[in-house]
Amino acid sequence: MSRIKSEDEYKKTKAFHFFRWLSGEKDPYIGNLEMKPQEEYITEEASIRERMRESQMVMDKVYNTKYNKWQILFRRFYRIMAVMFCIMLAGLLLFTVSYLPPTGNASNPDNNEVAERYIEKGLQETGAVNIVTGMILTYRAFDTFGETNVLFIATCCVMIMLMIEDAELKKEEVLGDRRFEPKNDAILQAAAMILVPVIFIFGIYIILNGHLSPGGGFSGGATIGAGMILYTSAFGFKKTQRFFNENIYKVTKVSALCTYGLVGIYYYVTGANGMENHIPLGIPGHIVSAGIIFPINICVGIEVACTMYAFYALFRRGGL
Amino acid sequence: MQGQIESFVQNFPCFSIMLCMFAGIISSAFKEKIARLLNIIVLVLNIGLSAAVLLYTVGTGESYVYVMGRFPAPWGNELRVGMLETGLALFFCVIMLFCLLGGRHKLVQEVEEGKQGLYYVLADLMLSSLLALIYTNDLFTAYVFVEINTISACGLIMIRQNGRTIEAAVRYMIMSLLGSGLFLVGICMLYDLTGHLLMSNIKIEIARIVAEGAYHPPLLVTIAIISVGLAIKSALFPFHAWLPDAYGYSTVSSAAILSSLVSKGYIFLLFKIIYRVIGFEVFHDSKIVDILFLFGLMGMVFGSLSAIKENDIRRMIAFSSVAQVGYIYMGIGMGTQAGMVASVFHVISHVATKSLLFISAIGLTDVSGGSRKFIELTGSGYRNKCAGVAFSVGSLSMVGVPMFSGFISKLLFSQAAVQNDGKMLPTLIVLGISTILNAIYFMKTVIRIYTPVEEGEYPTVQWQDNKIYTAVLICFVVLNILLGVCSQPIVDLIESGLNIFA
Repeated sequence: MSRIKSEDEYKKTKAFHFFRWLSGEKDPYIGNLEMKPQEEYITEEASIRERMRESQMVMDKVYNTKYNKWQILFRRFYRIMAVMFCIMLAGLLLFTVSYLPPTGNASNPDNNEVAERYIEKGLQETGAVNIVTGMILTYRAFDTFGETNVLFIATCCVMIMLMIEDAELKKEEVLGDRRFEPKNDAILQAAAMILVPVIFIFGIYIILNGHLSPGGGFSGGATIGAGMILYTSAFGFKKTQRFFNENIYKVTKVSALCTYGLVGIYYYVTGANGMENHIPLGIPGHIVSAGIIFPINICVGIEVACTMYAFYALFRRGGL
Repeated sequence: MQGQIESFVQNFPCFSIMLCMFAGIISSAFKEKIARLLNIIVLVLNIGLSAAVLLYTVGTGESYVYVMGRFPAPWGNELRVGMLETGLALFFCVIMLFCLLGGRHKLVQEVEEGKQGLYYVLADLMLSSLLALIYTNDLFTAYVFVEINTISACGLIMIRQNGRTIEAAVRYMIMSLLGSGLFLVGICMLYDLTGHLLMSNIKIEIARIVAEGAYHPPLLVTIAIISVGLAIKSALFPFHAWLPDAYGYSTVSSAAILSSLVSKGYIFLLFKIIYRVIGFEVFHDSKIVDILFLFGLMGMVFGSLSAIKENDIRRMIAFSSVAQVGYIYMGIGMGTQAGMVASVFHVISHVATKSLLFISAIGLTDVSGGSRKFIELTGSGYRNKCAGVAFSVGSLSMVGVPMFSGFISKLLFSQAAVQNDGKMLPTLIVLGISTILNAIYFMKTVIRIYTPVEEGEYPTVQWQDNKIYTAVLICFVVLNILLGVCSQPIVDLIESGLNIFA
């Protein structure tokens, strides 16, 4: 109650709202946010009974435990043996490790000319300040191309498993997408508004600086993918699809991998045949330097970001 | 000019691996028709490229090293190409083409419409990984492509979606990842002991370690772990539990590719590790060979026994794979050059025969109302004559009747056994038993499909109804007879290939 202002005028001031919030008379989220209390998931008794009946049927019909007492004995024996075997394997491996050369010893076999050249000549030969990136993307470029393809084929397999082709089911899944969480969560949206641009920019920074500082395509791509997942879970698929739908996904992924492949094959063939490599190494320390590492890092980053987001979208609703 | 062309041919292995990868990547963006076309183009191109490299390596008579990039041996990746590698690459490409063409009509029926394009993506990447496993000279590259191989194999199994295939894929994945894990642990230990990942460099270091007598226990464990890891992945006898479901219920092209090519890729990697990484003598002295030999013998008997008990033709053929993989490991386990030659020949013979059996069995089950039970198959050899003849040829080859490829590999195995003093008796006895068991279940099936029935309820299929299928079967039969009749040049090629393999 104010002594200067009238009742109606006072209700419009910020102080009134503040004191009302402080005393807990009004919750600003009530009425503005769709809220549903979480319910505990209760299994119906019928389904429990059904499941028990099925497992009993498996025991009776498939293993026929009623007449086959050996089966029960064998299962028990199998479990004990499995545990014993695992313990033995772990023991054997630990025993072996005790015979391996001690870590950090200067005379270890792995401190040889290979590591020496990576460390001493890495900067000069690859142009990358970050030796690890230089190693995986220049010295062992073929391995990394294979590794990127592992991600690609993993998405293909998840698509086979979870992609929903049937139009009816697809519609149902799109509608039921928000079944388990509130629509337009203000807190999440506000946080995402601030965080997502920062995450994207940070991810791009990690990718572009892959040859200069710790990071590279894999970690930067994972960061961007995480940003996209945050955006999607805050604003829903409809808004994400305005800038990232299935067609864009296909185009970016295929062009990134193909660019990587083309750069790679150019590098392998020129290197193997002793031809001159026309990709300049540049000045170490500059953003555009380090020869093939810079474009390859961008391609790997795009592929990893696409993979992360595709996994999320496929697991959540069976489509991009 | 001549020299330029020759040095250009040296690039072909790298091209063929990259071609498959590009095809897989690009076809993921297109519909199934374009994906299928791309797949066939790539396979035909690869056959041409491999044939060119084969001619080149046979001409020079030695293997060459191809550096992937600017940095040579211990720093960068490299491929190593000899006659054995290119010969197998050519053979694998041909069989892959036949498998995909022969199972195409079933693929259309069994796989969801929108997902058939992905099948060809998986097939392309599978081929690239097989070629990389064949050509690579670097252990870690081998591991990366083993990963691609495992994941695409899972995809090939579960693309036909029903409960059994998904269960089979999960089982395959668990077992196969266990194998990959053991293989990776083995590579880590080898790196720790030698400081290299390139195969040739590891071999030099291991020879030095063995001469010094240092690190004996870890080396032994490493060899054991790598052998067991690859044995799990190629379904050697006690580790074969994933196999019958994976081969028995997946769509027929997948079953043929998995049984004939995928497991052989791992076996070839094991050959490579024996010759190029560990060294033949060190491997032989480690006594791991004796264990592999024992497992191989047990697989030959127990695989066949399981196949006899089976009442489902696809699962029967799958169990027969266990027995045949047992033969290959028996050859490795003999620990002699002759045993190795026999094993490599059996790899080729089994690749040709097992894919033929899977593809022809599908023709027989199709004219029996889709049922795979033996009782329904009665007389199916009359209803689909081509498939019947092809299945009989495959069975005869598996049993080891002269004129067919299986006979030559059995002959080579017994010749190798006779030269080997310690292991002669068990090898010959088990070879005899296994041949009889093979004969029991394959001849049982052949007699069954040629038992006449009265006018049945099932339709008869003419060869014109599915021309591609018939053509594929004819090619398979011709290939099998060729392997059986003109085996000597191939055996010579394998011998000279193995001599320059190390």
